[in-house]
Amino acid sequence: MSAVISALATLPLPWPFEREYMQLALAAGLVIGICAPLIGVYLVQQRLSLMGDGIGHLAFAGVAAGLLLEVWPIWTAMLVAVVGALAIEWLRSRGRTTSDLALALWFYGGIAAGVVIASRAGDGGLAIVPYLFGSILTIDASDVRVIVLLGIAIIAALALFGRALFAIVVDEESARVAGIPVGAGNALLAVLTAVTVVAAMRVVGVLLIAALMVLPVATGRVMSRSFRGTMAMSAGIGAASVLLGLAAARQWALAPGGSIVLVAAAVFGVTSLVGGRRAAARVTVMPADRPPGDDHEDHDHQH
Amino acid sequence: MTPPAVLAAHGVSFSYGDEPVVERVDLTVAAGEFVALVGPNGSGKSTLLRLLLGLLHPDAGTVEVLGAAPGDLHDRWRVGYVPQRRILDLDVPATVDEVVTSGRTARRGWWRFPGRADREAVDHALEAVALADLRRRPVGALSGGQQQRVLIARALVSEPAVLVLDEPIAGVDRESQRLFRDSLVHLVEHHDSAVLLVSHELGAVANDLDRVVVMKRRVLFDGPPEELASTGVHLGVHADDLPRWLEDLQP
Repeated sequence: MSAVISALATLPLPWPFEREYMQLALAAGLVIGICAPLIGVYLVQQRLSLMGDGIGHLAFAGVAAGLLLEVWPIWTAMLVAVVGALAIEWLRSRGRTTSDLALALWFYGGIAAGVVIASRAGDGGLAIVPYLFGSILTIDASDVRVIVLLGIAIIAALALFGRALFAIVVDEESARVAGIPVGAGNALLAVLTAVTVVAAMRVVGVLLIAALMVLPVATGRVMSRSFRGTMAMSAGIGAASVLLGLAAARQWALAPGGSIVLVAAAVFGVTSLVGGRRAAARVTVMPADRPPGDDHEDHDHQH
Repeated sequence: MTPPAVLAAHGVSFSYGDEPVVERVDLTVAAGEFVALVGPNGSGKSTLLRLLLGLLHPDAGTVEVLGAAPGDLHDRWRVGYVPQRRILDLDVPATVDEVVTSGRTARRGWWRFPGRADREAVDHALEAVALADLRRRPVGALSGGQQQRVLIARALVSEPAVLVLDEPIAGVDRESQRLFRDSLVHLVEHHDSAVLLVSHELGAVANDLDRVVVMKRRVLFDGPPEELASTGVHLGVHADDLPRWLEDLQP
């Protein structure tokens, strides 16, 4: 696959992607730009928007452990992130602690462990900085290969289990009554979140990963009426944010990870203003949440 | 011959901490039976439903669903469940069609794509609750009554052998109540399904019920509606009597 990626990376693309390093960045960025929002659609609906952030902090500790042990940090980050994600889901499902408390535990524990472990690594912890803020422009073909493989795994898992996950996020209790394996589904979502976080570390950095899981989804929810449309729109906005963010970073010599997230935030700002006005117009005609006893048919008023 | 019980509780008790909520309840619902479970607020109705569905485990006694313990039941999709609308998040960015189709996921096999039989079942369920015209609308943009009908269609779409509904018509308009009644009667009469309905508002289905079960922690009455009517409580014309009467009950 490295040969294929290297061959693709010398495609005659126009500015700003005419250079090889920009093409590698584009390939990795598009995979993450598409996959992160696809997972984010389910997380946002589960009220777990910050799950990616919590797991990102854990992955940070995993990266530090990899640097200390002189193992490729992707694998140590993956191990710590997957185990941590399953632990968060276990705590949440047992009701041992509320979701935000469980996440806070990992937020602070993960980042503190990362800082301490990195300080023991050979270069005083400098090598960990690219994982904090991303370093998509220094990505090489082997990084892209791993990111593409992880992206394929994420999309294959969603193709297979997405319908069960949808039934769970709509109504967990009814899904459980019907015999859908809710515990396994939630654990799968946690693992997929961990995989996405690890795949995205080099693209936007652990501090900004959750933004790519949430901002395009927030926009997609404003723009779409269906779940399928929300997924497609979110993935499209994620990919477009990567494209424009990389172009802006090249043009004005900006940090690419931050630029990608700022584009996603700007798209959300504009669409929520426009979409908010549209939604407000709809609500003035048809309140979505009428008080009990105030129901009536409104076939003729909806838009 | 007595039809087989599709739902059964035998001497079931359950407490939240030290507070008993359900005490030594015996209840059976047979195939093709339409049963209403009524009682004042806090009388343990919803808890009993959750025990029957296997979402809670009894402290004492046993529960059977379609002849098996809830945890041992294989074809769980044969149990339809309509939860209270207010506990659901219908803010999900999904259309009516998508939500109703999700009700077929367990029956179809949760890894499979919807096929022709699924689409036909969705069409049928949407027609049964008169929502076929709104199938492409986002569920969050529907009225309360329409949302309730979406949840009923989602339960009907798997063609369940037993349908359990928790306060399905609270705050729902009269037209939705009529459609709700028609869809339940259709299920009982044409599919021989059993229906167990928890509600304070039985006016819409008063003439269709086979049995009424009244509980306040324990079962206080279990019999046909006519027998309950002989105590002076009416479910139909004077449906408003029911909540007041229930509040005066003593366990």
